[in-house]
Amino acid sequence: MQRIIKLITVSLLVFILGIFYLSLNRSSNYDTKFLVGNKLADIELKSLQSKEFFTNDDFKNNKYTLLNFWASWCAPCRVEHPYLMMLSKNKDIKILGINFKDKKINALKFLEELGNPYDYLAKDNNGKQSVNFGIYGIPESILIDSKLNIIKKIIGPLNEKDVKEIKEIIKS
Amino acid sequence: MKIKLLCLVIFFNFSVYATSNEILNESQIHKNLRCLVCQGQSIADSNSDFAQTLKMVVKDLIKQGKTEDEIYNFLSEKYGDWILYKPKFNYENFLLWSFPYLVLVFGGFIIVFLIKRRQKKT
Repeated sequence: MQRIIKLITVSLLVFILGIFYLSLNRSSNYDTKFLVGNKLADIELKSLQSKEFFTNDDFKNNKYTLLNFWASWCAPCRVEHPYLMMLSKNKDIKILGINFKDKKINALKFLEELGNPYDYLAKDNNGKQSVNFGIYGIPESILIDSKLNIIKKIIGPLNEKDVKEIKEIIKS
Repeated sequence: MKIKLLCLVIFFNFSVYATSNEILNESQIHKNLRCLVCQGQSIADSNSDFAQTLKMVVKDLIKQGKTEDEIYNFLSEKYGDWILYKPKFNYENFLLWSFPYLVLVFGGFIIVFLIKRRQKKT
Protein backbone atom coordinates (compact mmCIF):
# COMPACT_ATOMS: atom_id res chain seq x y z
CA MET A 1 0.00 0.00 0.00
CA GLN A 2 2.82 2.35 0.94
CA ARG A 3 4.42 1.66 -2.41
CA ILE A 4 1.29 2.68 -4.23
CA ILE A 5 1.10 5.93 -2.28
CA LYS A 6 4.77 6.64 -2.98
CA LEU A 7 4.22 5.91 -6.67
CA ILE A 8 1.20 8.18 -6.86
CA THR A 9 3.04 10.97 -4.98
CA VAL A 10 6.05 10.75 -7.29
CA SER A 11 3.78 10.67 -10.39
CA LEU A 12 1.94 13.75 -9.12
CA LEU A 13 5.22 15.58 -8.52
CA VAL A 14 6.49 14.66 -11.99
CA PHE A 15 3.18 15.76 -13.47
CA ILE A 16 3.27 19.13 -11.67
CA LEU A 17 6.93 19.73 -12.60
CA GLY A 18 6.12 18.73 -16.20
CA ILE A 19 3.29 21.26 -16.32
CA PHE A 20 5.60 23.97 -14.93
CA TYR A 21 8.31 23.09 -17.46
CA LEU A 22 5.92 23.16 -20.42
CA SER A 23 4.25 26.38 -19.27
CA LEU A 24 7.51 28.21 -18.70
CA ASN A 25 8.77 27.22 -22.13
CA ARG A 26 5.62 28.42 -23.84
CA SER A 27 5.42 31.98 -25.12
CA SER A 28 3.20 33.98 -22.78
CA ASN A 29 2.46 36.64 -25.41
CA TYR A 30 -1.16 36.59 -26.40
CA ASP A 31 -2.04 36.49 -30.09
CA THR A 32 -4.82 35.30 -32.34
CA LYS A 33 -2.70 33.15 -34.64
CA PHE A 34 -4.89 30.17 -33.72
CA LEU A 35 -7.29 31.55 -36.35
CA VAL A 36 -4.92 30.29 -39.07
CA GLY A 37 -6.58 27.36 -40.82
CA ASN A 38 -10.10 28.66 -40.10
CA LYS A 39 -12.45 30.07 -42.67
CA LEU A 40 -12.63 33.83 -42.81
CA ALA A 41 -15.69 35.41 -41.21
CA ASP A 42 -18.38 36.81 -43.46
CA ILE A 43 -17.18 40.08 -44.88
CA GLU A 44 -19.49 43.04 -45.27
CA LEU A 45 -17.32 46.10 -45.43
CA LYS A 46 -18.25 49.52 -46.71
CA SER A 47 -16.02 50.94 -49.40
CA LEU A 48 -13.99 53.97 -48.32
CA GLN A 49 -14.58 55.80 -51.58
CA SER A 50 -18.07 54.80 -52.66
CA LYS A 51 -21.35 53.46 -51.31
CA GLU A 52 -20.43 49.92 -52.38
CA PHE A 53 -20.02 47.00 -50.02
CA PHE A 54 -17.31 44.35 -50.21
CA THR A 55 -18.44 40.80 -49.48
CA ASN A 56 -16.74 37.38 -49.57
CA ASP A 57 -17.70 36.96 -53.24
CA ASP A 58 -15.40 39.83 -54.20
CA PHE A 59 -12.35 37.86 -53.10
CA LYS A 60 -13.18 34.35 -54.33
CA ASN A 61 -11.61 34.94 -57.73
CA ASN A 62 -8.29 36.10 -56.25
CA LYS A 63 -5.56 33.52 -55.81
CA TYR A 64 -4.60 35.22 -52.56
CA THR A 65 -5.93 38.28 -50.75
CA LEU A 66 -4.21 40.15 -47.96
CA LEU A 67 -6.52 41.98 -45.57
CA ASN A 68 -4.64 44.84 -43.99
CA PHE A 69 -6.07 46.86 -41.11
CA TRP A 70 -4.53 50.33 -41.04
CA ALA A 71 -5.09 53.97 -40.13
CA SER A 72 -3.43 57.27 -40.91
CA TRP A 73 -2.94 57.95 -37.17
CA CYS A 74 -1.10 54.65 -36.65
CA ALA A 75 2.70 55.11 -36.64
CA PRO A 76 3.57 51.40 -37.22
CA CYS A 77 1.33 51.53 -40.32
CA ARG A 78 3.78 54.01 -41.82
CA VAL A 79 6.61 51.55 -41.05
CA GLU A 80 4.90 48.66 -42.85
CA HIS A 81 3.69 50.72 -45.80
CA PRO A 82 6.79 50.22 -48.00
CA TYR A 83 6.37 46.44 -47.59
CA LEU A 84 2.75 46.67 -48.71
CA MET A 85 3.90 48.68 -51.73
CA MET A 86 6.38 45.89 -52.44
CA LEU A 87 3.66 43.22 -52.22
CA SER A 88 1.28 45.21 -54.39
CA LYS A 89 3.59 44.64 -57.35
CA ASN A 90 2.89 40.91 -57.19
CA LYS A 91 0.04 39.94 -59.53
CA ASP A 92 -0.96 36.84 -57.56
CA ILE A 93 -2.03 38.77 -54.51
CA LYS A 94 -4.67 41.44 -54.08
CA ILE A 95 -4.64 43.70 -51.07
CA LEU A 96 -7.75 44.85 -49.22
CA GLY A 97 -7.01 47.84 -47.02
CA ILE A 98 -9.44 48.26 -44.14
CA ASN A 99 -9.19 51.79 -42.83
CA PHE A 100 -9.73 51.52 -39.08
CA LYS A 101 -11.36 54.25 -36.96
CA ASP A 102 -10.04 56.97 -39.20
CA LYS A 103 -11.17 60.06 -41.05
CA LYS A 104 -11.55 59.63 -44.79
CA ILE A 105 -9.68 62.85 -45.55
CA ASN A 106 -6.69 61.77 -43.44
CA ALA A 107 -6.71 58.27 -44.90
CA LEU A 108 -6.64 59.57 -48.48
CA LYS A 109 -3.93 62.06 -47.60
CA PHE A 110 -1.85 59.22 -46.13
CA LEU A 111 -2.18 57.21 -49.35
CA GLU A 112 -1.42 60.23 -51.49
CA GLU A 113 1.74 60.84 -49.53
CA LEU A 114 3.03 57.24 -49.25
CA GLY A 115 1.40 55.56 -52.27
CA ASN A 116 -1.64 53.32 -52.56
CA PRO A 117 -0.89 49.59 -52.40
CA TYR A 118 -4.56 48.60 -52.06
CA ASP A 119 -6.68 46.96 -54.74
CA TYR A 120 -9.74 47.45 -52.56
CA LEU A 121 -10.28 50.15 -49.96
CA ALA A 122 -12.80 49.61 -47.19
CA LYS A 123 -13.57 51.34 -43.93
CA ASP A 124 -14.41 50.29 -40.42
CA ASN A 125 -15.36 53.57 -38.77
CA ASN A 126 -16.22 52.29 -35.30
CA GLY A 127 -14.02 49.18 -35.27
CA LYS A 128 -16.95 46.80 -34.83
CA GLN A 129 -16.19 44.93 -38.06
CA SER A 130 -12.64 44.23 -36.92
CA VAL A 131 -13.95 42.06 -34.06
CA ASN A 132 -15.21 39.62 -36.71
CA PHE A 133 -11.61 39.09 -37.75
CA GLY A 134 -10.15 38.83 -34.24
CA ILE A 135 -8.36 42.16 -34.51
CA TYR A 136 -7.29 43.82 -31.26
CA GLY A 137 -4.81 46.40 -32.47
CA ILE A 138 -3.50 47.77 -35.72
CA PRO A 139 -1.71 47.15 -37.98
CA GLU A 140 -2.78 43.55 -38.44
CA SER A 141 -2.87 41.56 -41.67
CA ILE A 142 -4.63 38.36 -42.69
CA LEU A 143 -3.64 36.34 -45.74
CA ILE A 144 -6.46 34.28 -47.26
CA ASP A 145 -6.63 31.99 -50.27
CA SER A 146 -9.36 31.76 -52.91
CA LYS A 147 -11.40 29.47 -50.65
CA LEU A 148 -11.20 32.19 -47.98
CA ASN A 149 -9.13 30.02 -45.65
CA ILE A 150 -6.83 31.97 -43.36
CA ILE A 151 -3.28 31.08 -44.38
CA LYS A 152 -1.36 33.53 -42.24
CA LYS A 153 -2.06 36.17 -39.62
CA ILE A 154 0.45 38.92 -38.98
CA ILE A 155 0.04 40.91 -35.80
CA GLY A 156 1.89 44.21 -35.86
CA PRO A 157 3.63 45.84 -38.82
CA LEU A 158 4.73 43.73 -41.77
CA ASN A 159 8.47 43.33 -42.09
CA GLU A 160 10.91 41.95 -44.62
CA LYS A 161 10.61 38.43 -43.20
CA ASP A 162 6.81 38.50 -43.46
CA VAL A 163 6.95 39.71 -47.06
CA LYS A 164 9.41 36.93 -47.91
CA GLU A 165 7.16 34.32 -46.28
CA ILE A 166 4.08 35.65 -48.08
CA LYS A 167 5.92 35.56 -51.41
CA GLU A 168 6.95 31.96 -50.74
CA ILE A 169 3.35 31.00 -49.94
CA ILE A 170 2.17 32.65 -53.17
CA LYS A 171 4.82 30.84 -55.23
CA SER A 172 3.98 27.39 -53.85
CA MET B 1 -59.74 56.51 -16.69
CA LYS B 2 -58.65 54.08 -14.00
CA ILE B 3 -57.97 51.38 -16.58
CA LYS B 4 -55.88 53.77 -18.66
CA LEU B 5 -53.89 54.72 -15.58
CA LEU B 6 -53.41 51.08 -14.68
CA CYS B 7 -52.20 50.27 -18.22
CA LEU B 8 -49.79 53.18 -18.07
CA VAL B 9 -48.38 52.03 -14.72
CA ILE B 10 -47.99 48.44 -15.98
CA PHE B 11 -46.31 49.63 -19.18
CA PHE B 12 -43.95 51.90 -17.21
CA ASN B 13 -43.03 49.09 -14.82
CA PHE B 14 -42.35 46.68 -17.67
CA SER B 15 -40.13 49.13 -19.53
CA VAL B 16 -38.16 49.94 -16.35
CA TYR B 17 -37.76 46.21 -15.66
CA ALA B 18 -36.63 45.50 -19.24
CA THR B 19 -34.10 48.34 -19.18
CA SER B 20 -32.65 47.35 -15.81
CA ASN B 21 -32.41 43.73 -16.96
CA GLU B 22 -30.54 44.75 -20.10
CA ILE B 23 -28.14 46.95 -18.11
CA LEU B 24 -27.55 44.16 -15.61
CA ASN B 25 -26.83 41.60 -18.32
CA GLU B 26 -24.58 43.95 -20.21
CA SER B 27 -22.45 44.89 -17.23
CA GLN B 28 -22.25 41.24 -16.14
CA ILE B 29 -20.97 40.30 -19.58
CA HIS B 30 -18.48 43.18 -19.57
CA LYS B 31 -17.07 41.97 -16.26
CA ASN B 32 -16.37 38.51 -17.68
CA LEU B 33 -14.58 39.83 -20.78
CA ARG B 34 -10.86 40.52 -20.59
CA CYS B 35 -9.52 43.70 -22.12
CA LEU B 36 -6.81 42.18 -24.30
CA VAL B 37 -4.76 45.34 -24.55
CA CYS B 38 -4.90 46.24 -20.84
CA GLN B 39 -3.15 44.76 -17.84
CA GLY B 40 -5.50 42.63 -15.76
CA GLN B 41 -8.63 44.63 -16.51
CA SER B 42 -12.01 43.56 -17.74
CA ILE B 43 -13.68 45.65 -20.42
CA ALA B 44 -16.01 46.91 -17.69
CA ASP B 45 -13.03 48.52 -15.94
CA SER B 46 -11.31 49.82 -19.04
CA ASN B 47 -11.81 52.86 -21.21
CA SER B 48 -9.38 51.67 -23.87
CA ASP B 49 -10.33 51.80 -27.51
CA PHE B 50 -10.56 48.02 -27.69
CA ALA B 51 -12.83 47.85 -24.62
CA GLN B 52 -15.13 50.51 -26.08
CA THR B 53 -15.40 48.61 -29.36
CA LEU B 54 -16.12 45.36 -27.58
CA LYS B 55 -18.83 47.05 -25.47
CA MET B 56 -20.51 48.23 -28.68
CA VAL B 57 -20.31 44.72 -30.15
CA VAL B 58 -21.82 43.20 -26.98
CA LYS B 59 -24.65 45.77 -27.11
CA ASP B 60 -25.34 44.86 -30.74
CA LEU B 61 -25.33 41.14 -29.98
CA ILE B 62 -27.78 41.64 -27.08
CA LYS B 63 -30.01 43.67 -29.42
CA GLN B 64 -29.86 40.79 -31.90
CA GLY B 65 -31.28 38.59 -29.14
CA LYS B 66 -28.11 36.57 -28.45
CA THR B 67 -27.84 34.91 -25.07
CA GLU B 68 -24.91 35.43 -22.70
CA ASP B 69 -23.43 32.06 -23.71
CA GLU B 70 -23.80 32.83 -27.41
CA ILE B 71 -21.95 36.12 -26.91
CA TYR B 72 -19.13 34.35 -25.06
CA ASN B 73 -18.96 31.67 -27.76
CA PHE B 74 -18.79 34.28 -30.51
CA LEU B 75 -16.00 36.22 -28.82
CA SER B 76 -13.96 33.18 -27.79
CA GLU B 77 -14.19 31.97 -31.39
CA LYS B 78 -12.54 35.23 -32.47
CA TYR B 79 -10.12 35.82 -29.60
CA GLY B 80 -9.75 32.43 -27.92
CA ASP B 81 -10.76 31.45 -24.38
CA TRP B 82 -8.27 34.01 -23.05
CA ILE B 83 -10.89 36.71 -23.56
CA LEU B 84 -13.13 35.06 -20.94
CA TYR B 85 -12.35 35.47 -17.26
CA LYS B 86 -14.29 32.29 -16.59
CA PRO B 87 -13.45 29.89 -19.41
CA LYS B 88 -15.82 27.07 -20.18
CA PHE B 89 -15.11 23.47 -19.23
CA ASN B 90 -13.72 21.64 -22.27
CA TYR B 91 -11.23 18.90 -23.13
CA GLU B 92 -8.36 21.39 -23.22
CA ASN B 93 -8.86 22.65 -19.69
CA PHE B 94 -10.53 19.70 -17.98
CA LEU B 95 -7.35 19.09 -15.93
CA LEU B 96 -7.39 22.66 -14.70
CA TRP B 97 -10.95 22.24 -13.45
CA SER B 98 -10.64 18.70 -12.12
CA PHE B 99 -7.10 18.78 -10.67
CA PRO B 100 -8.11 20.37 -7.32
CA TYR B 101 -10.77 17.68 -6.84
CA LEU B 102 -8.30 14.92 -7.74
CA VAL B 103 -5.83 16.32 -5.20
CA LEU B 104 -8.62 16.51 -2.62
CA VAL B 105 -9.61 12.87 -3.16
CA PHE B 106 -5.97 11.77 -3.14
CA GLY B 107 -5.30 13.80 0.04
CA GLY B 108 -8.34 12.24 1.72
CA PHE B 109 -7.14 8.81 0.70
CA ILE B 110 -3.71 9.45 2.31
CA ILE B 111 -5.28 10.79 5.51
CA VAL B 112 -7.53 7.72 5.83
CA PHE B 113 -4.55 5.47 5.19
CA LEU B 114 -2.41 7.23 7.83
CA ILE B 115 -5.22 7.15 10.42
CA LYS B 116 -5.78 3.43 9.84
CA ARG B 117 -2.06 2.71 10.16
CA ARG B 118 -1.85 4.67 13.41
CA GLN B 119 -4.88 2.78 14.78
CA LYS B 120 -3.23 -0.51 13.92
CA LYS B 121 -0.04 0.47 15.77
CA THR B 122 -1.92 1.45 18.90
